[in-house]
Amino acid sequence: MSYTYEKYDVIIIGAGHAGCEAALASARLGMKTLVFTVSVDSIAMMPCNPNIGGSSKGHLVREIDALGGEMGKNIDRTFIQSKMLNMSKGPAVHSLRAQADKKEYSYSMRKVLENTPNLTIKQGEVAEILVEENKVIGVKTTSDAIYPCRAVVMCTGTYLRARCIYGDISQYTGPNGLSAANHLTQNLIDLGIEVRRFKTGTPARVDGRTVDFSKMEEQKGSERIVPFSFTNTAEDLEREQVSCWLTYTNEETHDIIRKNIHRSPLYSGDIEGTGPRYCPSIEDKVVRFADKNRHQVFLEPEGKYTNEMYIGGMSSSLPEDVQYAMYHSVPGLENAAIVRNAYAIEYDCINPTQLKASLEFKKIDGFFSAGQANGSSGYEEAGAQGIIAGINAARKLQDKEPLILNRSQGYIGVLIDDLITKGTNEPYRMMTSRAEYRLLLRQDNADLRLTKIGYEIGLIEEERYQHLLEKERLIKEEIDRLQHTTIGGRKEVQQLLEQHGSTPLQSGTTMAELLKRPELSYDILQPIDTDRPILSEEVREQVNISLKYEGYITRQQKQVVQYQKLENKKIPDEIDYYQVNSLRKEAVQKLDELRPASVGQASRISGVSPADISVLLIYLEKYRHE
Amino acid sequence: MEESTIVGIASGVGGGIGIIRISGKDAFRIAGSVFAIGKEGQVRENYFDQIASHTIHYGHIVDEENQVIDEVMVSVMKAPKTYTKEDVIEINCHGGSYILQKVLQLLLKKGATLAEPGEFTKRAFLNGRIDLSQAEAVMKMISSKNDFALQSAMKQLEGSVSRYTETIREELLYEMGKIESALDDPEHYDLSGYADELLRSTKNKITQLESVLQKFDNGRIQSEGINTVIVGKPNAGKSSLLNVLLNEERAIVTDIAGTTRDILQESVKLGNLVLNIIDTAGIHDTDDQVEQIGVDKAKKYVENADFVLFVVDSSNAWTEEDDQIVALLQDKKGVILLNKSDLSCVVKEEDIQKKIDWKCIPFSTQTKEGLLQLQQYIEYLFTIGKIDFNDQIYLTNVRHRDAICQAVEALHRVKESIENAMPEDFYTIDLMEAYQQLGLINGDTASEDLINKIFEEFCMGK
Repeated sequence: MSYTYEKYDVIIIGAGHAGCEAALASARLGMKTLVFTVSVDSIAMMPCNPNIGGSSKGHLVREIDALGGEMGKNIDRTFIQSKMLNMSKGPAVHSLRAQADKKEYSYSMRKVLENTPNLTIKQGEVAEILVEENKVIGVKTTSDAIYPCRAVVMCTGTYLRARCIYGDISQYTGPNGLSAANHLTQNLIDLGIEVRRFKTGTPARVDGRTVDFSKMEEQKGSERIVPFSFTNTAEDLEREQVSCWLTYTNEETHDIIRKNIHRSPLYSGDIEGTGPRYCPSIEDKVVRFADKNRHQVFLEPEGKYTNEMYIGGMSSSLPEDVQYAMYHSVPGLENAAIVRNAYAIEYDCINPTQLKASLEFKKIDGFFSAGQANGSSGYEEAGAQGIIAGINAARKLQDKEPLILNRSQGYIGVLIDDLITKGTNEPYRMMTSRAEYRLLLRQDNADLRLTKIGYEIGLIEEERYQHLLEKERLIKEEIDRLQHTTIGGRKEVQQLLEQHGSTPLQSGTTMAELLKRPELSYDILQPIDTDRPILSEEVREQVNISLKYEGYITRQQKQVVQYQKLENKKIPDEIDYYQVNSLRKEAVQKLDELRPASVGQASRISGVSPADISVLLIYLEKYRHE
Repeated sequence: MEESTIVGIASGVGGGIGIIRISGKDAFRIAGSVFAIGKEGQVRENYFDQIASHTIHYGHIVDEENQVIDEVMVSVMKAPKTYTKEDVIEINCHGGSYILQKVLQLLLKKGATLAEPGEFTKRAFLNGRIDLSQAEAVMKMISSKNDFALQSAMKQLEGSVSRYTETIREELLYEMGKIESALDDPEHYDLSGYADELLRSTKNKITQLESVLQKFDNGRIQSEGINTVIVGKPNAGKSSLLNVLLNEERAIVTDIAGTTRDILQESVKLGNLVLNIIDTAGIHDTDDQVEQIGVDKAKKYVENADFVLFVVDSSNAWTEEDDQIVALLQDKKGVILLNKSDLSCVVKEEDIQKKIDWKCIPFSTQTKEGLLQLQQYIEYLFTIGKIDFNDQIYLTNVRHRDAICQAVEALHRVKESIENAMPEDFYTIDLMEAYQQLGLINGDTASEDLINKIFEEFCMGK
C-alpha cells in the first residue's frame, strides 16, 4: 500500500560524488533536502580508481572548492599521497592529483552529510519521478512510499539497469556488487526522456602482500604538498605518504589477450554500451595499438587499512581465467592473489542535450540531473555537475536566476556546455584541450575566478571571502609595484643574471619586464628587488604567473571578450525556429531540438553555420521590436 | 557596435571597375594607411579623420613599399549617416579584378577583416539602419549569398588551394595530439626533446606556406575564375586555342593535373577576367588518340561549366559530330569560335545560328585573329550579368590567401614560443590557430578533431 511522507524541498537520488555535492549545496542553501542512496554504506564510494584529480580533473576539484563544495576538503582530509603533475609544463596544465584512502574518503564525506543541517539521508531506491503538468511534485520508492517535493536532482551514476560483465558471465548489479536500480529507467522513458546505454570498466585488485615490488619502479608523492582546498595550507596537510608502483605489460600478456580475444564480450558483441576511448580496457589497447609492445601498469594502494591494490591501466572484461593468466604475466604480479576481478559495467544514462545549462530538464520543471547519469565519467566531473545542479535546484525554489558558468569562467562551464550543447557518444571526460581559454582557467586561480560567485550564492562564508579580497588586493598591488620598479645594470643585478644563465642588462628595464625571461622568476629576483614586501606563497605565485605569461594571457582575454558578446545575446524561450524562414532546414531542426539559451550556445551546435547565426541575429532583433 | 572593421566588395565585379567598401571603427585609419593623396601625394594615416564627411577624393592606393597599386576615387562617409551606420570608406578601383584582390589583401594586412557574405547589410540592420519590415529580405539575402558561396567553394575545392594545405593541417593535428596527450597523461607520454623537432617542422611549414603565398602573388593560384570548357570535334583546334590563350597570357595561372580524371585545368587571365579552362582533350598531348574524346565525357564537363568555348573548324564541312555537340549546348552560355578563319571558309555563320543562338567570332589560332574580340565579348557578358559570377566566388581567393597569412603568423608565434623556451602547452595555442585558419580554406571547422586525434593515435588512460 502506498503512503505519503512529509514534504521536502529538494530530493537527491543517489549519494555518489554528484549526489553528495548536490545534497550539500541544496541543504547549505537552506533547502530541506533528502538524499536517497541504495546503501548508506556506499556514500561517496570510489568504485574505480583510488585517486582524485589529475590532468584537468584536478582543475574541476579546485573549482568545486572555490564555489564552496566539499570534494577538495574531503580529499585533503583523506589523501595518502599527493602529487602535482606536469610541473615542467606551463601553469595552465599543472594538475593536482591525490591518492585517497577510499574507505576514509567515503566515511569522511558521509560524516559531513550526516552533520549538515537540513539534510536527511535515506536508504532506498527511487522508482518513479512524480510529475504533474510537466512539473516535479515528488518521488515514489520501490517500497511504494511517496515523498512529495518541489525539485529532484537525479544522480544515479552507473546504477540504472546496471550489468557487470566478466567475460561470458554477467551479473545484474551496480558497481562492487551493490544492487542496481532497475525501475527508474522505464519511468524516465515514460516521461519522454531519451535514455541511452554506456559502458565503462575497472581493473582487478590484488593483495599487496603477494606483489613483488622489487620488479617495479616506485612512484612517490610530491614533497611539497599542495592542498586541493583553498581553505587549507600545506602545513595543515603534512602527513606520511604511501607510494604507488609502476610496471609494464609485455608480449606474453598481449599474447594471452590476443588468443582469448574472442571471449571478450566487447568483441563478441555481448556489450551494447559505448565505452570511453580515453580509458580503454587492456584488450582494447592491445588490439588498437598493436605496434606497442608494452603498456604501463600502475599499482595503487586502495587505502591504509587494507592490502588491496588497484591495477591501473589494466581494466578488462575478459573472463576470470584469462584475467588470471594475464595479470600473472606482468612483472611483479607473477604470484599476485587477485582479491576482486576486473569487470565492465553497462548502465543507462540520459542524453544530456535534453538539459539546460542549469542542468534542469528542458521539458520537466524542477527535474535536474547530474553526474554519470548525464553521460560523463569520473568522480570529479560528477562532483562538478552535482554542485551546480544542487545550487540550481535550490535557487529555482528561491526564485533566483540559475548559476551558469560559461566556458571562460571555468572547466565546469566547459564541461556542462559541452554536454548540453554537443552531447556525447561516450562517457565524457574532461581534458585541458577542451578548454579554449585554458591559460585563464588555471587550477591555481580557481579561487580568484569563482569564490566571489560562491560567496554571492551563499556557499562561501564571509571570512573566506574577505581573505580572497585581501589576496586580490595584494596581487594587484605587487604587480603594479613591479611594473613601476625600474632596475639598472648594477653589479649585483648582473651577477644574479649571470648566475641564472641570463644575459646581462644593457639598459634599464622594469622588474616586470625582467621577470618575463624564461630562466627567471619572481622568487629568483628577490635578492635584487630591495623594496619587496613579504607576501604569501599563493600571492607570489599569482604575481609570477600574471607577469610571466602576460602576453598570452592578454590574448586569451581578448578572445573571451569576443566570445562573451554572443553568449550575452539571449534567445527567448518561446522562439519558434520554424518561423525563421531563411534558416536552413538542418539548422532549424537542430536549434529546435536543442533550444539553446544564447546565440553563443547556438553557434556551437554542430550543423548550425555562421550564416544561420547571422540570420538568427537579425530575426532576434526583429523579434525584440515586435 | 561591432569591434571589427570589415572589408568587402560592394559592387558587382564588373569588367573594369569595382568598389571596395570598408566599414567599422577603424575604417578611416585602415584606408588612410594605404591612400596616397592626390596626384603625387603621400600617405597620411589620419587623413580621412580630418576631412568632411560625404566627400570624394582622388588618389592612389599604394603598398608598403610605396608602389602604386591602382588609381582610385575614395568616398568618405562618417557614422552614423552611412549604410552600416558605422564609419564607411568606399574605394572605386579601376584596375580590374586582379587589382581589386591586391587592394583587398593590403587592407586585410592593415587590420581589416574580410566581410562575410551579406555582412554589410547585416550590420546595417543590426545598427538600426534598415527598417524592421525588411528583416525577412535581409535574412533571405544573407542565406542565399552564403549558399551560393558554399556551393561555389565546394565546386572549386578540387582545384583549389586546399591540396597545398591539407598535408600541413594533418601534421599540425598530429603535433597537437602528441603534445596534448602528454599533457593529459604525463606519466605515459614524455615530450623531452620534442621542442627541437617541432621547431624544425614549424620552420618547414612556414617555408611551405610562404611558397603557397608566392603562388598567390604571382597568380599561379586562382580559384575564382569562370569555369570554362572548350568543346569541339577532334582537330577543330581546341588544344591550339588553349595554347593561344596560354601564350597570350601574361600571368598564367595553374598547372593542375586532375588527379582522378584525365583532364587538365588551366587558369587563364583574359583581360580583367580569369577563366578556369577545362580542356576536354588534354592539352599538351596532340596525339590523335587523346583527342578522341567521347561526346559522353564532354557532356559532363559542359553541364558544370559557366561558359563554353565551342570551336568549329570553319575550313571543313559541318558534320553530325558538330550537331551532337550543339545538342549539348542548348541551355548553356558560350561563344562559337569559327576557327581556321585564315583558311577558306566553308561553314557559314548564318547556318550555325539556325542551330544555336550564340555569337560567332572568326578566329585563327595561327594569326590570333579574334582573340581581342573574344576577350571583349566575355567581358561584355560579364558586365551585363549574363555570366553569373557572384562576388563571393571572387572573394574566395582573398579569403584563402588571408587564411594562409594568418596561419603563417600563428606558426611564427609557435616558433617564437619554442625559441623563448616556453613550456609545451603554449605551443598548442598557436598550432591550433594555424590549424583552424587553414581549415577555413575547405570550410572545415570541426572542433572535435583534436580530441579524436588524441584518442586515435595515442593510447590514453588508466
